Amino acid sequence: MQAALDKMGQRVTDAGYIADQALLTSLWLMSELNRPLLLEGNAGVGKTEVGKILADVFDRSLIRLQCYEGLDVNTAVYEWNYQRQLLAIRRQEILHEDGLSEAQLFSETYLMKRPLLQSISGVQPTVLLIDEIDRADEEFEAYLLEVLSDFQISIPELGTIKASSIPLVILTSNGTRELSDALRRRCLYHYIDYPDYDKELRIVLARAPDIGANLAAQIVAFVQKLREQDLRKVPGVAETLDWTAALLRLDMKSLGDNPDAVVATLGCLLKTREDIDAMPAEVIHDLVARAS
Amino acid sequence: MNPGTTELQPDRQLIAQLTGFSRFARAQNFNVGIQESVDSQRLAASIDVTNRRQLRMGLKALICSSVSDWERFDRVFDAYWKLDQPRQNTQASIGGKAPRQAALADSSQHGDDALFDVPDANALDAKGASDGNLSQGGASKTESINTRNFDQLSNAAELRSMEDLAERLARRIRQRLLRRQRIDRRGERVDMRSTARTSLRYGGLPMSLSFRQRRRQTPKLVLLLDVSRSMSVYSYLFLRFARGILGAFKGADAFAFHTRLVHIGETMREPGRRRLREKMALISAGWDGGTRIDKSLEAFNRHYARNILGSRSIVIIVSDGYDTGEPEELCKQLQRIKRRSRRLIWLNPLLGNENYRPGTRCIMAALPLIDIFAPAHNLESLSALEQHLAGI
Repeated sequence: MQAALDKMGQRVTDAGYIADQALLTSLWLMSELNRPLLLEGNAGVGKTEVGKILADVFDRSLIRLQCYEGLDVNTAVYEWNYQRQLLAIRRQEILHEDGLSEAQLFSETYLMKRPLLQSISGVQPTVLLIDEIDRADEEFEAYLLEVLSDFQISIPELGTIKASSIPLVILTSNGTRELSDALRRRCLYHYIDYPDYDKELRIVLARAPDIGANLAAQIVAFVQKLREQDLRKVPGVAETLDWTAALLRLDMKSLGDNPDAVVATLGCLLKTREDIDAMPAEVIHDLVARAS
Repeated sequence: MNPGTTELQPDRQLIAQLTGFSRFARAQNFNVGIQESVDSQRLAASIDVTNRRQLRMGLKALICSSVSDWERFDRVFDAYWKLDQPRQNTQASIGGKAPRQAALADSSQHGDDALFDVPDANALDAKGASDGNLSQGGASKTESINTRNFDQLSNAAELRSMEDLAERLARRIRQRLLRRQRIDRRGERVDMRSTARTSLRYGGLPMSLSFRQRRRQTPKLVLLLDVSRSMSVYSYLFLRFARGILGAFKGADAFAFHTRLVHIGETMREPGRRRLREKMALISAGWDGGTRIDKSLEAFNRHYARNILGSRSIVIIVSDGYDTGEPEELCKQLQRIKRRSRRLIWLNPLLGNENYRPGTRCIMAALPLIDIFAPAHNLESLSALEQHLAGI
């Protein structure tokens, strides 16, 4: 198993994602036990990224379903292509052709596959990323539970479609709503926390290799300090990377050289007016001094 | 890694240990079913079980199902695997049971646990009786109790039936809301799907249109209950009301506050009365003290608002507004809540008193921010809440 884990770790790292052993174990387990993996954690800690990386590592195509309030079967599973059906009917009328039975009208030709159906009906197994499941309604969650346990989808007009391949399923949640126990039980669970200094430094260096080790260390130290402040929206890793890119553009060599540029680019890290107001220039300068 | 162990079927001792661990974790309130037990055996068959770290991480992913599970798993894991014996007697000694027993002892000391005290059989009886009263509608006993001031209730039986009514009232409000929505249904947009389906019989011509309307949803209620000393006459009634709301409305959540904020939503959902009483006794230590509304709301904003409040949320604060904090701070916090939610309702039990004028500085300052400022001194005023919720 360790060999498999190491191999996977290597591929994940090659794909540009820094994962700890615990996450690797979870990923390995989900492929081994064929169970979905539920990822929780604050915004911007790289939950969605895991799905993309997984597709890379297993060399599968990624199918993503972004959840939102009011998401229904028609957008998540399948829909009939009405326009095409109507056209077919008219065409038959005009040309006086025979033989367009209802069974043909409701065949796969006129079926539009949405992410869930796509993910189980492909020849090649896929990675299915169900993003922000907590935003979907409870009804959809219940439906999803059925799909995830049996890997089959019933379409009234067509019958039951069984999975031709079982996808690897990743669910992410921000915790805007408590998920049902049933869904939680169905899934393996992993909680991604904000990375500590070392891990974040490795992430920054992996994602922005051009940045000097010195500046990278300062950036990470600054962001780590910033997270300790009383903020409404705590910056995640995504924000750190944004900010790194911004500083790279500005040709910064060290945060201490130009603290005003730090203040000017703070919009990459702080995303609400209240947070920006709460961090006046003096505080920022102080943080910069402590980070460098 | 020893290559022999990965291929090997887990031996009997290991199976016993893993089963023991599953049972142990279940006793610690982890969500471990048969599926998890079976999977843990499969896991053990494919990893090097002598490597504790791998076993730990594997079992962690398998058995945890929430952040709180995630955080306490390591302790449970350590507790189990350090004592390398079959577990019969450890369950009692580690974590799980001990605090509960303490709670029992604790609650028997408290005089105020009449709250959830009704033995189940009696509860059913009381329920049946009040059922009859309500369905008759005009029954005189219900009538009088509906308009009776909460603070005038004297004997325990009256109090108890009032509590039951409060709980049932919350459920009735929801039923009314749902029915109202069904009557209201009218089309807003053409629904392609069913239009196409019905037009098939006209050879594809859309002769009759089907409509679709956005489903109107029940609001998400968030209750913030003041349980300080000045509210002590009312607080247990409102707790029961909260329990009803939580049972009836799916997305609802509840908090209690005095000088600090306590999340009671999960606890109040506890179906068994006995366990509910134990749990409430645990978290209600220190109630009946002073009030810091602003501090409590700040805690709410900081820790919960982001995850709980949304565009469908209605925040209901139940408090008399006697506060020792600064009005400015309170306003700031209320504003934050208001910005994140659809409506802010403040229920004040004192408002039912004719002589009462909302004169406390806090309330005066907060009034402009509150969408609905309503009395909550008897059941009738509580059921008026339905009107406020219906228009949303």
